[in-house]
Amino acid sequence: MGVEGDLFHEPSGEVGRLLPRSAGDAVAAASRRSNVVMSARWATNVNGWLLLLPSAVLLVTFTHYPAVATFIGSFFSTPKGARPAVFVGLDNYQAMIEDPIFWQALHNNIIYAVSTIPLTIVLALFMAVAVNAKLVGRSFMRLAFFTPTVLPMIAVANIWLFFYSPGYGLVDQVFSVFGVPAHNWLGDEHTALACLIVVAVWKDAGFFMIFYLAALQQISPNLSEAAALEGASRWYFFRRVTFPLLMPTTLFVLINAIINSFRLIDHIVVMTRGGPNNTTALLLYYIYEVGFKFWDTAFAATLTVVLLVLLAAMALGQFIFLDRRIHYQ
Amino acid sequence: MSQIALQNVSKLWDSTAAVDGVSFETDPGSFLVLLGPSGCGKSTTLRLIAGLEQVSSGRIYIGGEDVTDLAPAKRRIAMVFQSYALFPHLTVSENILFGLRVRKTPASERSRRLDHVASLLGLGALLGRKPSQLSGGQQQRVALGRAIIAETPVCLMDEPLSNLDAQLRAEMRREIRALQQKLGVTMVYVTHDQSEAMSMADKVILMREGKVEQAAVPDRLYAQPATVFAARFIGTPPMNIITLEVAGGTTIIANSEAPILPTPIDALLLGIRPEDVIIAEKGISARVINIEYLGADTVVTCVVGSQFVTARVAGKAALTPGESIHLVLPPEKLHFFDAANGRRRDEVSAIATPDTTNFVQKVLV
Ligand SMILES: Nc1ncnc2c1ncn2[C@@H]1O[C@H](COP(=O)(O)OP(=O)(O)O)[C@@H](O)[C@H]1O
Ligand SMILES: [Mg+2]
Repeated sequence: MGVEGDLFHEPSGEVGRLLPRSAGDAVAAASRRSNVVMSARWATNVNGWLLLLPSAVLLVTFTHYPAVATFIGSFFSTPKGARPAVFVGLDNYQAMIEDPIFWQALHNNIIYAVSTIPLTIVLALFMAVAVNAKLVGRSFMRLAFFTPTVLPMIAVANIWLFFYSPGYGLVDQVFSVFGVPAHNWLGDEHTALACLIVVAVWKDAGFFMIFYLAALQQISPNLSEAAALEGASRWYFFRRVTFPLLMPTTLFVLINAIINSFRLIDHIVVMTRGGPNNTTALLLYYIYEVGFKFWDTAFAATLTVVLLVLLAAMALGQFIFLDRRIHYQ
Repeated sequence: MSQIALQNVSKLWDSTAAVDGVSFETDPGSFLVLLGPSGCGKSTTLRLIAGLEQVSSGRIYIGGEDVTDLAPAKRRIAMVFQSYALFPHLTVSENILFGLRVRKTPASERSRRLDHVASLLGLGALLGRKPSQLSGGQQQRVALGRAIIAETPVCLMDEPLSNLDAQLRAEMRREIRALQQKLGVTMVYVTHDQSEAMSMADKVILMREGKVEQAAVPDRLYAQPATVFAARFIGTPPMNIITLEVAGGTTIIANSEAPILPTPIDALLLGIRPEDVIIAEKGISARVINIEYLGADTVVTCVVGSQFVTARVAGKAALTPGESIHLVLPPEKLHFFDAANGRRRDEVSAIATPDTTNFVQKVLV
């Protein structure tokens, strides 16, 4: 390419392509040259911007403007009836720090994240490796593991609502075989959050498995054969080769899992409504309550800003910290 | 150094045989090439030797030991894959050392062997790189390095040069051969490239549709192909295969007046290599239909009767398509094959040679 390019093309750049090349035009062309270049560039730019406009408008209207408005709103009071919003500085943040329910929601959310994320990822990876192996009924297994993901969230929550119902729910029925007495799983402060964690793991593991499965299929079977010839056990191969090669997927899954765990709301609305006694109130659910039940929009905006900052910080931290240790193909 | 022997080995996929009753053996420390067209079962045979596939029937021996039921790691072999199968996230040195780490070889021994292999293959400056930062030829060397550091008596290679450009391929060919002789390992090398096989092998196993077509040293394979398939597969351009017919008590080239044998023999094919066909003043009448100039020589395609005959002549031939010329087919260079089963018929060559010369001269003069 290099040689041909140099020999057969004059290094005239854009002008050469835009202008007529006959000798008679050359003089006139030279004087027009700079103008034409300018207007051509300008036209290209306008073209590009016009093409981007529809999606840019949507993005600005529904993403950037609300985010900025929320941020600004968190420094004002909530307008009520005849009283318009007034600038209150950091008052809302002060109130948040003094709000015990905010701290409880944050605490709940951290427990929820710290338990669902590793469980989901380990389970997803385990299922992917199992389903990727040369098993009989492999396609059936793939389908089975993936089913929870395609069900709508509300439907999933309703199914589990039944599973957890005291006395006649599936969980109690199974436990009753072993002589465990009936229990109000979702009504008990000690078990309600754990119940939500189980549902989340059950639902997300299949989804993340698909990503792991796709990544596993990218790994050439020759690699495991080469390792087998050297006498590497399957576990050794997984540890030294498969797992490192899956790291980009793990990072992707990790970030998604974190985001999922901080924006969970559907299951809570259907199954517990944050109860009992706020033990299942996660941040987003609390924001929803504050904003749309108590109509304290300024306080809700403040909570939202905190949630966004938390998420951004975590995503950034992961990319910076993990990126150095990941091999991308 | 280890001898490898296959006894009547078959491998079925579903019900079709990819490898069908294959038997051969190698001398210890020799270079064996499995040659054949794509899909003939070369890779499957190699993978059976490696233990990456299980035989459907038959036995495999390495160094006198029956390894048919042994795991790959227990067979004391190294293998180079067509795709190289380098671990993309590991550096060159980690790739080469992978097996030694698995087997927990002491660190001092590891670094001694790594130094040795790196200097043998000229990899010294690349040890810290990842495979993606290497050229195809360099990746190939790393794959070789990973195979030879194990110091196993047997090395298997599946089309290791097929991803390289022609020049590099010729270079690596010599290098692999030299390496094999220096280390004294028994090599089983798979290729579909007959020139690679001829230039590297001590012995060639020519395969076709899962069966051994001919097993021979390269010069014998060239000089005495056992079948029409072997005759056409070895050599470029391939050997002329000419249909003969019986006419007036003699055997001639089909639909021509070109005499071949003084006796009538039915269902016979004549083989002659293009480099053995001579263009002369007198001889069999032929018409030129195509001329292909290749630099050192020229490939001239002619028609004799209803048959094509290709001749390879040195330098640039001063011929034009449509021109009438005369060909001489030297009797001692003729190969005869059975038209029905493609097998070589040496007894025809034997009766042909002394008589033919006189006969042909008499008829043509
Ligand atoms: N894993 C497999 N499953 C089914 N058929 C296979 C498999 N591997 C190879 N084959 C078939 O076996 C035949 C021989 O294949 P192979 O040994 O790879 O040929 P070669 O290496 O000579 O090109 C081919 O027809 C191929 O389709
Ligand atoms: Mg192959």
